Amino acid sequence: MTPAVSVSELTKRYGEIEAVRGINFEVAAGETFGFLGPNGAGKSTTIKILCTLADPTSGSARVAGHDVVKERDTVRRNIGLVFQDTTLDNYLTGEQNLRFHADLYGVPKAAFAPRLRQVLEMVGLWDRRGSVVATYSGGMQRRLEIARGLLHAPRVLFLDEPTVGLDPQTRVSIWAYINELKKREDITIFLTTHYMDEAENCDRIAIIDHGRIVAMDTPEALKASIGKDRVQISTADDQAAIRSLADDFGLDSGLHEGLVTFSVESGEHFVPKLFGSMPVPIRSVSVSRPSLDDVFMSYTGKTIRDAEASIGDRNRRIATRFGRR
Amino acid sequence: MATKDLAAQDVLSDDLTEMIRVAVPERSVRHDLRAASIVWRRELIRFRTDRLRAITSLVQPVLFLFVLGTGLSRLASRGLPAGVDFKTFIYPGVLAMSVLFTSIFSAASIVWDREFGFLREMLVAPIRRWAIVVGKCLGGATVATIQGIIFLALAGVANVPYNPVLLLTLVGELLLLSFTLTAFGVMMAARIKQIQAFMALTQLFVLPLFFLSGALYPLNGLPAWLTVLTRIDPLSYIVDPMRHAVFDHLKVNPVALNSLSPGITWDGWQVPVALSVALVAVMGLAMLAIAIAEFRKTE
Repeated sequence: MTPAVSVSELTKRYGEIEAVRGINFEVAAGETFGFLGPNGAGKSTTIKILCTLADPTSGSARVAGHDVVKERDTVRRNIGLVFQDTTLDNYLTGEQNLRFHADLYGVPKAAFAPRLRQVLEMVGLWDRRGSVVATYSGGMQRRLEIARGLLHAPRVLFLDEPTVGLDPQTRVSIWAYINELKKREDITIFLTTHYMDEAENCDRIAIIDHGRIVAMDTPEALKASIGKDRVQISTADDQAAIRSLADDFGLDSGLHEGLVTFSVESGEHFVPKLFGSMPVPIRSVSVSRPSLDDVFMSYTGKTIRDAEASIGDRNRRIATRFGRR
Repeated sequence: MATKDLAAQDVLSDDLTEMIRVAVPERSVRHDLRAASIVWRRELIRFRTDRLRAITSLVQPVLFLFVLGTGLSRLASRGLPAGVDFKTFIYPGVLAMSVLFTSIFSAASIVWDREFGFLREMLVAPIRRWAIVVGKCLGGATVATIQGIIFLALAGVANVPYNPVLLLTLVGELLLLSFTLTAFGVMMAARIKQIQAFMALTQLFVLPLFFLSGALYPLNGLPAWLTVLTRIDPLSYIVDPMRHAVFDHLKVNPVALNSLSPGITWDGWQVPVALSVALVAVMGLAMLAIAIAEFRKTE
């Protein structure tokens, strides 16, 4: 069977900046493939190339068996796109947005009406099809985009952070639709996300950092490969704690989500030792088994939430750190 | 909301077990035309739902015709032959103005579409880029012409006769002007990514285009610098044929006609109306071609 996506020695350069530095991977038909990485790691650039929105500098990529440069239109007919920022026309109704899409993609006129009903029912928007999109909630808009992305029956659906900015309840319902979709349609899903629980839904995950793929496997295999527990402590003086961990235990630690974070072989045995030798008072301790977040951190040096944090968040965190001194 | 959604799914699993197969056909010119047609129709749908825009864009030409036209008429009547109203004289120019803003505004919607992401929906579709640009230009031209036709209904107030041939000629000229202006706007919108910058730039262009076009004064006997500027202004080449059409249907003696609607001259040579119209068409097509080329670029 032809792979849904196959990428070989792909590079992309923007002037001096090398955004993607020779990546290789394949996504099998029917697979749900997670593509993770910190901001600026080359994730968006890779997706742009796969969606034919940017040309590679060198190397090649095939989607649904077609070359993204030489057979651009064939690739476009076979992919559905849901981007993190909305691409709907707010002044049109839900149905008008989908009709626009059907005409752009040349969906046969006879197939349009039944297909429209099917995709809108799948995302629970059939009753709201006549309302102007501006009156939809954020979650409804995202669902409409998913319905639109499916309208022309693509073989590969690209979901670029499909739930970013949505509340947890809406995220759960969007995932219920995506899982339903996997059951119903013979489709490959190519997903990027900053939410760990969403990445767990993937059959396989690739992590990209500094333009290179640094890890690629099933979520289970990736977690097993880390093998270490994650310990997070909150102390009276985090900087002193970090120094102590380095000097007394030879451990590399960092401040993540406001907590001193590090990995050790066996967390529950390590923590008692920590209380004995830490020069600053410890306020709280948590030990966790390896999660995808740890996998992400061990390969990129960042937690996945850090990777998502906006510049505003980052500044606030720096400010708090300085304030404490 | 989540519970309601889940309920919807239960219903779904009963009736829709079979997938509806959709086979998207190979790309063809027919498919591109269908795409251009929906891009065109979208402009009309949006115009229909935006009545406020239709009304507000009429305010400016109405002000020019009635307030400026009436206010200046006593002063201007000294230079006008008896029986010719100043409002009649400026009517063709103000008619051109009534589509000027709407056309450019339609093109600005591309910049909005870019900012709100909808442009991406069009750019990733399996169609040729010309379909998007042509659909957009025709859409903008249609909307602006409808706008112009509303203003055309006021012709009687400016003592312009409701002659069918005259009205059809004017509508044709409005369509050509609107198309050229939208093409100009779309060409700029291909390069300018911020709406503020686009609006600032249109402000920079629109009023000089209007004032230098001879919309408010005859193009003969002007100082040399102004003569040159009016001949460079593309709008002159459509305002003049429009004024020709209007004065052809008025009973004005030939001497007066010659002073009011002298036509455009290049260093003394009279530019025929047909050439004037053709020039505007060629400019429109050239800008359309540039716009298509701009939108075909990929990263």
